[in-house]
Amino acid sequence: MTPLERLDEPGLGLGGTTWHRVSPKLVWTELITTVVIGVVVTAGCVLIGVVSGGFVRPAGAIWSSVAIIVGVVALVTALLTPRRVRAIGYALRDDDLVLRRGLMWQRFTAVPYGRMQLVDVNRGPLDRLLGISELKFVTAAASTNVRVPGIPAADADELRDRLVELAESRRAGL
Amino acid sequence: MTFRPGPPPPAPPARGNAAAAAPLTDGEWHRLHPLTPLLKGGIFLIVLLGYVLNSLRDQLVEFFVPGGGPRDDGDPVRYVYEHGAVGWVLLGVAVLLLVLLGLFTLSWRMHEFRVTGEIVEVRSGVLFRTNRKARLDRIQGINVSRPLVARVFGTARLEIAQAGNDANVQLAYLGARAADDLRQRILVLASGAKDDDAPGGHQRVSNGVLQDRVDEMFSPELDPAAVHATRVVKVHPGRLIASMLLSGATVFILLVVAAIVVSIALTGEYAVLFGLFPAVIGAGGYYVRKFSRSLQYTIAETRDGIRIGFGLVSTSNETLPPGRIHAVSVAQPLLWRPFGWWDVRINRATNAGNGASNNQQVSSILLPVGTAADVREVLDIVLPGLVGTAVVGPAASREELREGSSEAVDVVDDSLTTTGDRGGFVHSPRRGAWLRPFAFRRNGYRFVPGAVLLRLGAVWRSLVIVPLPRVQSVRVTQGPLDRVLRLATVHVQTVQGPVTARVGALDARDAQRLWAETAERAVAAAAADTSHRWREREARYTSGGHAAARHVDEPTTGASADVGTGPVPPSRAWDDVPPPGAAR
Repeated sequence: MTPLERLDEPGLGLGGTTWHRVSPKLVWTELITTVVIGVVVTAGCVLIGVVSGGFVRPAGAIWSSVAIIVGVVALVTALLTPRRVRAIGYALRDDDLVLRRGLMWQRFTAVPYGRMQLVDVNRGPLDRLLGISELKFVTAAASTNVRVPGIPAADADELRDRLVELAESRRAGL
Repeated sequence: MTFRPGPPPPAPPARGNAAAAAPLTDGEWHRLHPLTPLLKGGIFLIVLLGYVLNSLRDQLVEFFVPGGGPRDDGDPVRYVYEHGAVGWVLLGVAVLLLVLLGLFTLSWRMHEFRVTGEIVEVRSGVLFRTNRKARLDRIQGINVSRPLVARVFGTARLEIAQAGNDANVQLAYLGARAADDLRQRILVLASGAKDDDAPGGHQRVSNGVLQDRVDEMFSPELDPAAVHATRVVKVHPGRLIASMLLSGATVFILLVVAAIVVSIALTGEYAVLFGLFPAVIGAGGYYVRKFSRSLQYTIAETRDGIRIGFGLVSTSNETLPPGRIHAVSVAQPLLWRPFGWWDVRINRATNAGNGASNNQQVSSILLPVGTAADVREVLDIVLPGLVGTAVVGPAASREELREGSSEAVDVVDDSLTTTGDRGGFVHSPRRGAWLRPFAFRRNGYRFVPGAVLLRLGAVWRSLVIVPLPRVQSVRVTQGPLDRVLRLATVHVQTVQGPVTARVGALDARDAQRLWAETAERAVAAAAADTSHRWREREARYTSGGHAAARHVDEPTTGASADVGTGPVPPSRAWDDVPPPGAAR
């Protein structure tokens, strides 16, 4: 068995990069969202399963199995939430912003400052309660979709202004 | 919240000799062609005239053949005629026409445009005023189209494509020659050049209005001398037909026909044929439309970018300034493989606004069909020397650029059909066969000066080229399956379009290297890129050199040279990239 190779910092040439981690409070937002969606969907499947006759009939058996699978997936997702939130990070390099996300589905995105067209600050109701914001960067490419959730509200505004400034100074064409 | 694009120019925009020489780009407000009301209202008038003539038909028949024909009391013309109200009706029609003409004329009088050294501005509307300004250095392309009717009257529609959705500036209609001239002037102003080297160098001799119209109708779509075209790639009509017959749509139609034949043979039921009649017309229309839009297709290299022209009856041609192409794909449908044909598609920042499906072809297909030699020529035009920044340097270094480019483009040519390490590509490892069973030896990437190449697909071959200054962001991803196989996917993100630059199933280390290098090179390339004012460097060189004698307005040129560039960070030199000197 060969060792599993993850995307790592030396391989990406990110050796001495300092990563900014997001606020641990984000765990609560993510957790509540996951639990609510998980419970609602599981409950729905269980309900349909019971109505269609539980494990006795084939249709009921299928729905009940789906309910169990959904429940397990939601539970695993919920349990991994703290680790997933810890895996989110961003780094402000000299010329670009690097964002990392994901444990199972790892992804690293680099956005040159000069390419940013727009910086959004979003705050949902839960975020507002916890005092955190989500930063969204828009480039001319629709697929870029770089979002950094869980930044403390005060830092978010500061970071936005900083990024706008950086983008202004490195702006060129499209 | 958006970023403001740099500090606005303080003084009224500085204009060089080009603007002074051009009547339409003097910064004053101008109106469109006087025939515009007629052309815009023309369809309405034709419909009205058609209705009246159709109603009068019986009347005319009876006039010449008295006593005959069936009587129809419901006919309004007969009713009018028999009640002696002809005069009133004629008066009514005349008033209606006058009012319509007046409205269109009023709308025409209120529709004005102006072109200054920095912007194109259009204001229109009678009750609801619209004002649209477009920055010249953000122009993504200028399209001049001549629909049949407009062409008969010697007019054309000019459309300036801007980045974004429905952000285009349309000037309909202008005189045909005025439109061509205006486009050239706008491009000269936008390029940052100080001077139009050949002001009106190409003069057409007039042989009277009618003869001019006839000549224009039968002249070829592209006149190389008129647009300063240095190289032209043409699409052969025969190959065009063949390529269209060998498309996926044809295979689908053949399958449907086979299915119908089988079903008739089995059931003996012919009625199904009549139901298919509209479908047949639709399919025929699809081919005819596609064909007529691609006839006389030419791609020409001009001083101010690439000129794509096509059309036999209604013609259209568009000029794309350098550096407006965000990604290029060279692809080969399976059926074209025996013939060695390819098509070339591009991503552009503009979404060609109103005409949706009409303009889609203009915006995304660069070469409908061509051999590898055509592809080489087109790529050389699109990305000179594959440098991507495509800034025309001074004449001396331009030859050097050509020298270098032939070598670089040979690389592209090699990469169309090669597999393995040939062409210097880093390709998927053997275990990539789990995800790319046929293509793992072909699926790969390499860097060339100014661009990154992705070689994809063994059955449906394609080559994706992303000019580094146009890269918006880079992403590397690894899912669970990838991780088990120690693979990863890299997506070089550009503006939306038919080309997606994503290469999967790369060795994780190679993918990470690709990601890191693309990110670094993209930043450096963007910093060194000056293609939004593509001839400014040349202009600066000229004004610093032997142009001092030619130009008296030196302070003016200096001022406009500083506008738009902004602070450019010092560019880094890469090992394999020519230094950002004369070559760019």
